[in-house]
Amino acid sequence: MSGIPHDDYEPKSKFEKWLDSRLPIAGVMYATLTVPTPKNLNWMWIWGSLLTLCLVLQIITGVVLAMHYTPHVDLAFASIEHIMRDVNGGWAIRYLHMNGASLFFIAVYAHIFRSLYYGSYKSPREVTWIIGMLIYLLMMATGFLGYVLPWGQMSFWGATVITGLFGAIPGIGESLQTWLLGGPAVDNATLNRFFSLHYLLPFMISGLVILHIWAFHTTGNNNPTGVEVRRGSKAEAEKDTVPFFPYYVIKDIFALAVILVLFFGLVGFMPNYLGHPDNYIPANPLVTPAHIVPEWYYLPFYAILRAFTADVWAVQLVSFLTGGIVDAKFFGVAAMFGAIFVMVLAPWLDTSSVRSGRYRPSFKWWFWLLGIDFLVLMWCGAMPAEGIYGVIALIGSAYWFAYFLIILPLLGVMEKPLPVPATIEEDFDAHYPPKPEPAE
Amino acid sequence: MSQDDEQATRRDFLYYATGGTGAVVVGAAVWPLINQMNPSADVQALSSVEIDISDIEPGTQITVKWLGKPVFIRRRTESEINLARDTIISELPDGMGRNANVSGADADDKNRTLDEKGEWLVMMGVCTHLGCVPLGNGAGDFGGWFCPCHGSHYDTAGRIRKGPAPENLPVPLAIFINDTTIKLG
Repeated sequence: MSGIPHDDYEPKSKFEKWLDSRLPIAGVMYATLTVPTPKNLNWMWIWGSLLTLCLVLQIITGVVLAMHYTPHVDLAFASIEHIMRDVNGGWAIRYLHMNGASLFFIAVYAHIFRSLYYGSYKSPREVTWIIGMLIYLLMMATGFLGYVLPWGQMSFWGATVITGLFGAIPGIGESLQTWLLGGPAVDNATLNRFFSLHYLLPFMISGLVILHIWAFHTTGNNNPTGVEVRRGSKAEAEKDTVPFFPYYVIKDIFALAVILVLFFGLVGFMPNYLGHPDNYIPANPLVTPAHIVPEWYYLPFYAILRAFTADVWAVQLVSFLTGGIVDAKFFGVAAMFGAIFVMVLAPWLDTSSVRSGRYRPSFKWWFWLLGIDFLVLMWCGAMPAEGIYGVIALIGSAYWFAYFLIILPLLGVMEKPLPVPATIEEDFDAHYPPKPEPAE
Repeated sequence: MSQDDEQATRRDFLYYATGGTGAVVVGAAVWPLINQMNPSADVQALSSVEIDISDIEPGTQITVKWLGKPVFIRRRTESEINLARDTIISELPDGMGRNANVSGADADDKNRTLDEKGEWLVMMGVCTHLGCVPLGNGAGDFGGWFCPCHGSHYDTAGRIRKGPAPENLPVPLAIFINDTTIKLG
């Protein structure tokens, strides 16, 4: 499985040999668990394990919730209250599932920005990166579908606004939106299918996660130096790596323990902190809440969606060039999806020969500015759509696109990178000088 | 040699015929699975509703639910009518009437209302941006409606004036069946 030289699984007992000649599953599991992993990974390499745990947590709590939930417009809201009040331990399971989504997105954003800083998306890991972006898109879809299920005011109006995005597509938009909703407006047909899809997508994510792991086990992990593991021989590779089990398993479990303490603090003491009170009002198709706000993890992209109004010159230019087919509404939708699409293209937009941001003195500044930009957009997305917030969101959106489409391609040519260590071992020894060998 | 050519051609034919048949079969199997998500018969059954408007005073409005969506029925005041009729159409972001009862007309206030006098304005209460319900009773910068979601302002004739929404609020099929009843659909 791994391109890095390593020990293969040797079936020992009679049963192992019997099974291995029929289904070599033990060998696959052995290779996956003991994959040679760079020994200089820092704490930003814990998020993958946490993400796997989040997926398992969400699937288990979700399957359990589905045993008590009713996807019908008249009963959905009441069935959630039934879970909260009547089902044994139901409140804890629901709060875990609700906040589990937030933990999932905290981890995925840390994971994505880690990859952006250390150049993990660059050759030869483009396929891992693209699969990761697909997982992220499916996560956003799943989170959105799930948020509709409690059938509160935010559920209903969030569903109305988000399905309205598809209605903005020129030509086919309206029929596409009707097809998605199963009627002229968000109603029972919508709720029913959203429940079905919310149950389906996590299993598609699971499949992609396996491909994601398979892909980066084939190329080997990136690491903070961006320098590849030496592959000349097994002995050479072992100077740069340690097996994932037990070394990184123990490290990741420690990180999980720390994060789960904080997570259970949130679930136990402030379970509704990240939610909206409006979603405890039953859905009402005749009254829109004064301020529709998506969940926090969509806010940066929501800000980009709203930033491009009809008075922005870029919108007017595109509208003029396309003869009015692309209006401000569709432009905003295209910008929102485009903001994710430019991330997908990062492996080809980044022209630098150096992989890790650690050795790129100017890249660092632009990268951290992108991080701040992300937070500013998140803040703008939570604010009302008027006045100064619109201007800030527009500047933030412009930087987001500029980073990927202008800065990444130009920096690779203009920047003079710092010297990169020759090997991972050299970097590791610089941090942890080897102890002198005890005399025999 | 010619024998070989002929055999290759027959093989190609069988290959494409099989592939084509397979594509048709897959399409025939997939289409029902896609089409099942379109509105079902009970949803499609175009309902029409009759609304009693005898209680609506000038300067007030009601919101009724029709086809799962809100419909605004407003009895406008004299000043609202004047405000709407004094607007220059060429300055509107959307110059179309968007009235299902008067097809192809421009956004003149006379093409938006249900009666000659312009007292009765019936329109979908669905923002043309992303489908929120705008707030009424003189909300927004133009004394009409304001959508709280993304800040679209509509005037007293329900025409878009400012903000991200691209179109005027659409007027649905509606007719007076007597002095106090409007029929939608």
